[in-house]
Amino acid sequence: MSLPIAPKPALRRFHQASWDEPIVFELSTPGERGVLVSPVESGVREAVGDVIAALPASLRRSAPPALPEIGQMRVLKHYLRLSQENLGADLNVDVGQGTCTMKYSPKVNDAIIRTPQLVDLHPLQAEDSVQGALEIIWRTERMLAEISGMSRVSLQTSGGSAAIWTNISMIRAYHASRGEADQRDEVITTIFSHPSNAACAKAAGYKVITIHPDAEGYPDLEALRAALGPHTAAIMVTNPEDTGIFNPHIREWVDLAHSVGALASYDQANANGILGITRARDAGFDTCHFNLHKTFSTPHACGGPGAGASAVSEALEPFVPGPIIERVGDRFVIVNDRPQAIGKVAPFFGVIPNIVRAYSWIMSMGAAGLREVAEIAVLNNNYLMKRVLDIPGASAPYAVGRRRIEQVRYSWQELFEETGITSEEIGVRASDYGMHYWTSHHPYVVPQPFTLEPTESYSMKELDEYADVLAQVVREAREDPELVRSAPHNQTVHHTHHDDLDDPERWAITWRAYRRKYFSGASASAS
Amino acid sequence: MIGLVVNPVAGLGGPAGLKGSDGSDVQLLARERGAVERSDERAQRVLSMIARSYPDAVIMTAGGAMGESAVRAAGLDARVVYVPETVTTAADTTAAAAAIAATEADLLLFVGGDGTARDVCSGLPAGFAALGVPAGVKMYSSCFAVSPAAAGAMALAWLDTRSRPPLREREVLDVVEEQLRVGRVDPRLFGTMMVPYLVGRTQARKAAMPASGHEAVVAAARGLAAKLCTDGVYLLGPGSTVAEVAKQCGVVSTPLGVDVMRDGRIVIADASEHQLLDYLATVSTDVPVKAIITVIGGQGFLLGRGNQQISAAVLRRLGPDPLLVVATESKLIELAARPLLVDTGDRVLDRELTGYVKVVTGQSSTSIYSVEAPENEGAQTCV
Repeated sequence: MSLPIAPKPALRRFHQASWDEPIVFELSTPGERGVLVSPVESGVREAVGDVIAALPASLRRSAPPALPEIGQMRVLKHYLRLSQENLGADLNVDVGQGTCTMKYSPKVNDAIIRTPQLVDLHPLQAEDSVQGALEIIWRTERMLAEISGMSRVSLQTSGGSAAIWTNISMIRAYHASRGEADQRDEVITTIFSHPSNAACAKAAGYKVITIHPDAEGYPDLEALRAALGPHTAAIMVTNPEDTGIFNPHIREWVDLAHSVGALASYDQANANGILGITRARDAGFDTCHFNLHKTFSTPHACGGPGAGASAVSEALEPFVPGPIIERVGDRFVIVNDRPQAIGKVAPFFGVIPNIVRAYSWIMSMGAAGLREVAEIAVLNNNYLMKRVLDIPGASAPYAVGRRRIEQVRYSWQELFEETGITSEEIGVRASDYGMHYWTSHHPYVVPQPFTLEPTESYSMKELDEYADVLAQVVREAREDPELVRSAPHNQTVHHTHHDDLDDPERWAITWRAYRRKYFSGASASAS
Repeated sequence: MIGLVVNPVAGLGGPAGLKGSDGSDVQLLARERGAVERSDERAQRVLSMIARSYPDAVIMTAGGAMGESAVRAAGLDARVVYVPETVTTAADTTAAAAAIAATEADLLLFVGGDGTARDVCSGLPAGFAALGVPAGVKMYSSCFAVSPAAAGAMALAWLDTRSRPPLREREVLDVVEEQLRVGRVDPRLFGTMMVPYLVGRTQARKAAMPASGHEAVVAAARGLAAKLCTDGVYLLGPGSTVAEVAKQCGVVSTPLGVDVMRDGRIVIADASEHQLLDYLATVSTDVPVKAIITVIGGQGFLLGRGNQQISAAVLRRLGPDPLLVVATESKLIELAARPLLVDTGDRVLDRELTGYVKVVTGQSSTSIYSVEAPENEGAQTCV
């Protein structure tokens, strides 16, 4: 006789761990240590002498740093508990951070980057002793050149925005080399392009002109015509845009830019829906960039380090930042002497662990596999879109009725007008079911937005579960709005208020600042 | 604490095809055509949301149909601070708003349309927070929530003192209905109101625009001020963004009117169309003259709503490229891809102004935005 096991309900009965764990500084016990460092052997001490005395007095601390003093096991527990209080990418159906391309980062790649051959590398090692690492960088650059259709790739930057800034810097150097740097002081972008394009152009000293969508929801081609001129240095556009809409006139955009002597820069931070299907160079672009931590599976970490790839056409090759790696026979050599290069945009050769992860991921996929990634990502997205748009109150503004590429920017505006429940409140309530989405949609063009991007990593069953959660929360918004408004109820922390976050006067961004600001008089160190 | 004033006859004239509900004769005509009040039902939708979360809430309001009955119907405690005559008029709305503003109430919800917004605006002290619950026929003003439920959500956020929403300045426009009924849309910029708005928890973190609305306005104004030449003549249109441009130029402009600025000082304040034409006749034709204008109201009008002094005749005198347009990017975004509108009353000029306009949105930042003449609206008002 078997034990009766009740069937699982349709929606999981989730509850987040809540350890009520103190801040690490509050765990400190004077004298406790995580590691007892062995005394220096006498032979070493005699040979080296008094190291401390060798430091200039201005660099020496007068007192030990006020770090928490905690035993090793307690530290382990502390961080494990905090990790359980998270809805991390490996726990939930992480499709709610549209634009971020939260795909699975295979664990085997983490094992590879932890090998001593990589961990113990030093960036100043002699070229002969790092041939393997140089080869991986070179091969990854060549593969990304093939994926984009471009001539050369630089993997030096440690994030997408840095790669965009590198691209506009190379464009500026290109115009300068032709004596047109002063004349060309404008960059054109679109409102749905990632704002890093406008921001990087501004940081590089350009005036920025923004194009809004036309009545169909596509970037307005006639507005582009009106904006282009002898002052245009470049167009910098994201495509597909953050709405998931692919600009059907993209080739015309590039040709128009070229017709006035401007260059075209393609933001392909998220290329997940177009791998093996379209290539930036084939559309005429002069530069593009990828985020390895989006399309190429490397983790986003906790805000970094990511890894950016800047790809350029032949005309821009001289301006690629250095040092670069060239293959000479069967050797890989570091080339520094390039007079037109824009210089270094990051230390050394980039974020090696992420380059290795991306290399490993691309190699495991193969060319056909990369295309399959795009096809499944697009299928997943359009399946999820159908499920979401079946929920009353959800809509997908702009290009209404058309399919999307790899993500969709949806709107709960109809639901908001009916119930007063905001997108943010729905996202918070969804976390009570172990799902969530964020509402950091830049710029805030779509009212009550949410952006879902399922990537290729999630199964139909998981997408159904996600859609079921949204449908349930929307039901609650109509039947019991207070339950939604006061969410979360099953989380580590209860409902929070964000005016503390909006008011710089109330910010305290370190523990000590917090103690000083709110508990002045108490010991600031608490350690 | 929340205050409430209801215009009991708001929206009455809409279904009856009367373009509005201003005036007792129009209201009578609307009732004869079978129209029923909808403001009470809309007020109750807001109040029932408050009642669910704050059953003990006290609402400062006016007597009877001007708020009291809706508050009581929602089961809330109505403090009546103004009692109207049996037949309510616009003056009652103004008096009620003033009376409520004098209590502990710090947010006034008003149920109605543009006319109600105008009357409330007259009664409120400067800077007092107010939000419209849409129930009217004419909705040119940008001080209304998108729906009663949205207004209710705002009231709940306001009552939760830990997450009180920020305020931003929004325009109150009003159409003269008698003119609307004979086919003319001629709204005046009546004033401005401080209106609360909800921001997303993380909206400002990664946004490309400055965190606060005011900083965005200052950035746009600085961007435009940087484009002005010292020897030019500038007509400063109404609106807080243009007022900020004036401030950046070191002058104080008339917030609701049109000023003439020359050599960095105001030479005519609050000019009429005739004064503008007379002045422009004295300006040598080789001196550049431009009108500095912004988007007025919630419908995206650049010309013809609230700045009629900058008329077709004035614009023709300015020459082929008469406009310097300034607006925050968020104002353009709020249009949700709808075009900017020009309605100078001169169809030929309107056509010349359509196409694309460069809108200064910040320092070294512009948007190229489409401009159209509101053909449909014109046709509608000619019924």
